[in-house]
Amino acid sequence: MTEARLLPGTSLELGRIGEVVKRTDATPKVTGQFAYASDLFAAGMLWGHTVRSPHAHARIVEIDISEALTMPGVHAVLTHEDVPGAKTYGLEFPDQPVLAIDRVRYFGEPVALVAAEHPEQARRAAERIRVEYEPLEPVTDMERAVEQPPIHDESPTAGHGFRDDPRPNVLRTIVVRHGDPDAEGDVGVEGVYELGIQDQAFLGPESGLAVPDGEGGVDIYVATQWLHVDRDQVAPCLGLEQEQVRIHLAGVGGAFGGREDLSMQLHGALLALHTDRPVKIVYSREESFVGHVHRHPAKIWMEHRATRDGRLVNVRARILLDGGAYASSSAAVCSNAASFVCGPYRVENALIEATCVYSNNPPCGAMRGFGAVQGCFAHEAQMDKLAAALEIDPVELRLLNALQTGDTLPTGQRLTGSMPVAEVIRRAAALPVPEPEELPRDPIRLPGGAGNTTHGQGVTRGIGFAVGFKNVCYSEGFDDACAARVRLWIGPDEQLAAEVRCAAAEVGQGVTNVILQVARTELETENVVLLPGSTDGVDSAGSASASRLTWMTAGAVRLACQDALAELRASGGREVDLERTYHHSRTFPLDPETGQVTGDRVHVAYMTAAMRVVAEVDVELGLSRVVWIGTAQDVGKAINPQAVHGQIEGGTAQGLGLALMEEVQTRDGLITNASFTDYLIPTTLDMPPVEAELVEDPQPDAPYGAKGVGEPPTVVSTAAVVSALRAASGRELARVPVRPDDLAGL
Amino acid sequence: MKVAFSVNGEQREADVWEGESLLFALRERLGLPGSKNACEQGECGSCSVLLDGRLVCACLVLAAQADGHEIVTVEGLAQDGQLHPVQEAFAETGAVQCGFCTPGLIVATADLLQRNSTPSEDEIREALSGNLCRCTGYAKIFDAVRSAVGRT
Repeated sequence: MTEARLLPGTSLELGRIGEVVKRTDATPKVTGQFAYASDLFAAGMLWGHTVRSPHAHARIVEIDISEALTMPGVHAVLTHEDVPGAKTYGLEFPDQPVLAIDRVRYFGEPVALVAAEHPEQARRAAERIRVEYEPLEPVTDMERAVEQPPIHDESPTAGHGFRDDPRPNVLRTIVVRHGDPDAEGDVGVEGVYELGIQDQAFLGPESGLAVPDGEGGVDIYVATQWLHVDRDQVAPCLGLEQEQVRIHLAGVGGAFGGREDLSMQLHGALLALHTDRPVKIVYSREESFVGHVHRHPAKIWMEHRATRDGRLVNVRARILLDGGAYASSSAAVCSNAASFVCGPYRVENALIEATCVYSNNPPCGAMRGFGAVQGCFAHEAQMDKLAAALEIDPVELRLLNALQTGDTLPTGQRLTGSMPVAEVIRRAAALPVPEPEELPRDPIRLPGGAGNTTHGQGVTRGIGFAVGFKNVCYSEGFDDACAARVRLWIGPDEQLAAEVRCAAAEVGQGVTNVILQVARTELETENVVLLPGSTDGVDSAGSASASRLTWMTAGAVRLACQDALAELRASGGREVDLERTYHHSRTFPLDPETGQVTGDRVHVAYMTAAMRVVAEVDVELGLSRVVWIGTAQDVGKAINPQAVHGQIEGGTAQGLGLALMEEVQTRDGLITNASFTDYLIPTTLDMPPVEAELVEDPQPDAPYGAKGVGEPPTVVSTAAVVSALRAASGRELARVPVRPDDLAGL
Repeated sequence: MKVAFSVNGEQREADVWEGESLLFALRERLGLPGSKNACEQGECGSCSVLLDGRLVCACLVLAAQADGHEIVTVEGLAQDGQLHPVQEAFAETGAVQCGFCTPGLIVATADLLQRNSTPSEDEIREALSGNLCRCTGYAKIFDAVRSAVGRT
């Protein structure tokens, strides 16, 4: 056994495709032995601390580190002047300074770094760094941003093939024209919908350990979603070759998009290389709220036109997203928002405009659902409104317009794969709704809960419904390939044995099991181990994003296993060690003028889910309780059904959180609720039972027919929960999270 | 300052800074990182430990306050290489995803079942309402607790 096999991610648990398989990391996780990024330790290590901007927008006049350097235990204080290579980085556009240079653009932007022997010494030294700021007026209103002075001197996203939009602070604009955008219907409904900023709120704070290798390079052990792209951003800023920077996956305490961008990777490496000591950085919860990007807040104006019998004729939507100070993945979120805002419905005519702006609000980027969540909240509110205007059952209206294979989307993409929208609607609608529970009952099962605010007086009940869809894998021409390496040999017992390498990030979703299940299925042996994820020894797996890792790792591992097996047999049983790269079907960009796809598809494939929700509302106090959730989700093929159900239940909880309680609140760009005391996420008392049905309609070009599963529940549940609250309260509820005032009509 | 306490049945000493939490001392001084650091302000329950048999958030107890007391962490639940029934139940029912909340939930569940061997649904929900989980939506955690009831 090599030492590596003892690290997290390694296992000999059994199980093949389609079987319920216990997580390979379950035992170390239940015993407290699993090594998360914040648990790491190295002899002689220092603690790093990040000094952050207290302003949303300010010019930096001077940074004085002289006193901080004299503080006890301090080994280094670094500013932008100490960044040896490129001064800026970014996931897609290098617009973000490693450390602020002459201007800060958001509250919490990193300005300086400290390394000290004890974390408290580092914090105290940080307080002695004198930064003189000249505050500037912050751009904080996304509607006004396009008229205010630009927060970036040059547009970082210009010249990337996007639609030309000369207004200041525009990150990306997309216009999709489909059919006749002026087509009239018999009936029309309109609405304006808003969503606040949601936080991923993963429990494991941003953490990592950077260890200098003694030869000028560095090893970084970190909780991340995409090892190779971390490396590609880190190396140029350190002035190092790619091979000199090795990123290794440490235990990840949840991600949900919030670990796509860098957090401590560069800062830890700078301190480690400067001090020649290992440096550990662990963010506090408060720091975590400014340490990663959030879900984009949005404002969506929508108009639906339909025939008298309920067929959609024309959908017109204007979407505004606030990307915050830096680009992150906002350009792709903007594109997704445009792609999915009409919902999984046949729409022959559409006019969609989506704009994402820069501002001095918290930077936004990837979060589970990635641009589809915002649109789903809007289009499903519209569908309920249209059903009411037409006096048609809301489920019937959705079935009447459900997309199916062969239909054409507003982007011009013709659906060729699996698209069982009608099936998920029928299956979710058929789930039996529980009867209302009689009164009196324990107040814990009433709105207001243990607060004992009602014994049933003023409580009404409503049933809501929603459908959503989203892409799986990356889009618009991006080749997010996945590599896997397999070493295969015949063991002393004459049985096949294999060692798999794949840099896919296990963030809690269970991709480790998927990889092992695929390898065991293809090699027909249980004797398979997976080595820890690293940039060292295998090429990129792509990101733990876009519900893509099941599809992509299954593709890569299957390919590598099949070729390794063939080679081993051809050579008469000699050991084989090979790497293979899997590519999904090719996608194409949207035409910047028409928003129409320039090839056969803009997205690889689509996943859909429908959800039915029962809620109770105390209409006098504006308090609510979600009683029951039933859902049907299109998964293609469930590789590990227990894990699939776990994704659906957890994803549903995050959407419920956005519907009811979750919002990063800001005042003039400053976050005012950066803690779990003030930013609420659902607890055991908030989550109802979730009854989930899996619809297995295989995707033709996906390995084993499996689509992703992580995102659809989050896309649909916010809309479904609010639909139930509307039914119970009779209020319009056009903004999430829904506040007690909204429910009580104040 | 020097502190001494019993951790998982073993007498341990640590040289701590006066402001350090019991959580920091366990994780960084005593090599017991099983108790987790998700919020460090008593909101998430990830650092739940038993202090003299009572469930507490280790982040809200100073290391100095624990001097002379008995602490049980998630690392102390398995006996003689055998998982605690609550640990077994969490591993088998799919109650673990990223697992960062898991140690705290396991300690809190073990505490619940110690006090109440047949908790009702509402009692389970109320007892675990101080433990946040972001991955599972709690469904499989409830399954684990129900499953553990039969094993303890």
